Amino acid sequence: MKILVPVKRVVDFNVRIRVNPDGSGVDLSNVKMSMNPFDEISMEEALKLKEAGKAAEVIAVSIGPAKAEETLRSALAMGADRAILVETDDSVEPLAVAKILKGVVDAEGPGLVIVGKQAIDDDSNQTGQMLAALMGRAQATFASKVELEGGKAAVTREVDGGLQTIEIELPAVVTVDLRLNEPRYASLPSIMKAKKKPLEKKTPADYGVSTAARLKVLRTEEPSTRKVGIKVKSVAELIDKLRAEPGVL
Amino acid sequence: MAILLLADHDNTALSEQTAKALTAALQIGRDVHVLVAGKNAKAAAEAAAKLSGVTKVLLAESDTLANNLAEPLAALIVSLSGGYDTLISAATSVGKNVMPRVAALLDVAQVSEIIEVQSADTFKRPVYAGNAIQTVQTTDAKKVITVRSAAFASAPEGGSAPVETITAAPDPGLSKFVRDAIATSDRPELTSAKIVISGGRALGSAEKFKEVILPVADKLGAAVGASRAAVDAGYAPNDWQVGQTGKVVAPHLYIACGISGAIQHLAGMKDSKIIVAINKDAEAPIFQVADYGLVADLFEVLPQFKEAL
Repeated sequence: MKILVPVKRVVDFNVRIRVNPDGSGVDLSNVKMSMNPFDEISMEEALKLKEAGKAAEVIAVSIGPAKAEETLRSALAMGADRAILVETDDSVEPLAVAKILKGVVDAEGPGLVIVGKQAIDDDSNQTGQMLAALMGRAQATFASKVELEGGKAAVTREVDGGLQTIEIELPAVVTVDLRLNEPRYASLPSIMKAKKKPLEKKTPADYGVSTAARLKVLRTEEPSTRKVGIKVKSVAELIDKLRAEPGVL
Repeated sequence: MAILLLADHDNTALSEQTAKALTAALQIGRDVHVLVAGKNAKAAAEAAAKLSGVTKVLLAESDTLANNLAEPLAALIVSLSGGYDTLISAATSVGKNVMPRVAALLDVAQVSEIIEVQSADTFKRPVYAGNAIQTVQTTDAKKVITVRSAAFASAPEGGSAPVETITAAPDPGLSKFVRDAIATSDRPELTSAKIVISGGRALGSAEKFKEVILPVADKLGAAVGASRAAVDAGYAPNDWQVGQTGKVVAPHLYIACGISGAIQHLAGMKDSKIIVAINKDAEAPIFQVADYGLVADLFEVLPQFKEAL
């Protein structure tokens, strides 16, 4: 069985982004970029399944600019067998990403797609669910445990009140949450080896998908800032301050 | 045309998040129908009918709808979608799971986690962990939207909408419910609580978290939250996580104890009315958003705080 793992190149999670003062967007020049942290967890899970003999091949796919090759090389260094870069300089919305991934799924026929539950740049939390819909297959979102057995996956999901376990028929899409695993670091030899692993280049047009935006971003602005607070010296002072705030204590 | 609001419920009770998403829906249009999909969910449907502004409640009941499985629930919403130009849900774990599936089946872009309605097709939503706010306009004929409930007040009761029973769509049969492990608690729900007290890595263990945070929470009648670090370390369950990828809260009072204040955590609580931070490290970033900061050892001051309440 093949496992497909989509990975996205995003602003590193430690970077504090800057909003352009003219409202045109976020300044991404000279900003550190990394693999979306949830996608590292997806890749780790796919590799674990392969190591456990449940999968034969792990394929990483990324949709983005030429530089997304770096993200794919990181995935290959972690242990993916090969990679596909669907190259575009457009900002691709989740629906178009899902349509491109559907094209990759049709071409590759994976038994499982494991994808991050959300990307930490646009925070949409849509792609996996949309891909499952387009495939006409089951989805198990926000996974904290995945067990494969006989053409099915038992997936424990993080839900609002706690945990829910469901069983889905494969092929299917799993989106991962934080507690699923601890992603590995790539060793230096595997980073070197990753440079030689196969990486195929495609375009959205190869899958017949238009990346034209459905949502118009009219403006991007800074969130309102909080007024600077004060330091209190003692618990008594803290309680006095809170009691003085209407409707708080 | 009318708006279809997916209710968030556990069959017996309607969650507060539905009333909050209703407020957003009513800012988009005046004819809002609430869909209650479940099993033995009449009580939840009756609660929805009482919300002011709801014009009709649709109640669909079947075994396959009992546990919010995405495939049958999405099939039901899509089967109803012809009569609506907006499909909306609170961004709960159910809404976040099912709405993108609905959107893709309808070939529509979804607008996730709106925090403000500017017009029927233009919304504000946070990106980059809330460090930028986008104003987006949909160009699709149908709109699929999830609502960040912390940004909207609950619609009041006072309505008496009719409840209409409808049939469930055929189940695609791709998924099966196995079990739930849902914690029951007398404490208020995290996303709608007036006061939230959260603990971080500094608590050091699950035992200490219980021993130090919970008594204060109970005295305050507060919900309990946690930082990702505390959840990852096993000090607190996953459904307590507050942050960019956990729950987003905006209570009257948020008390952060031993939480350093990573941007991902701030994304989940910085719209709280009053923020209190208790931390030993005077340089912790949490103090930058706190109205009242107390540089102190939480193990010393939290018991004092509880006694003084």
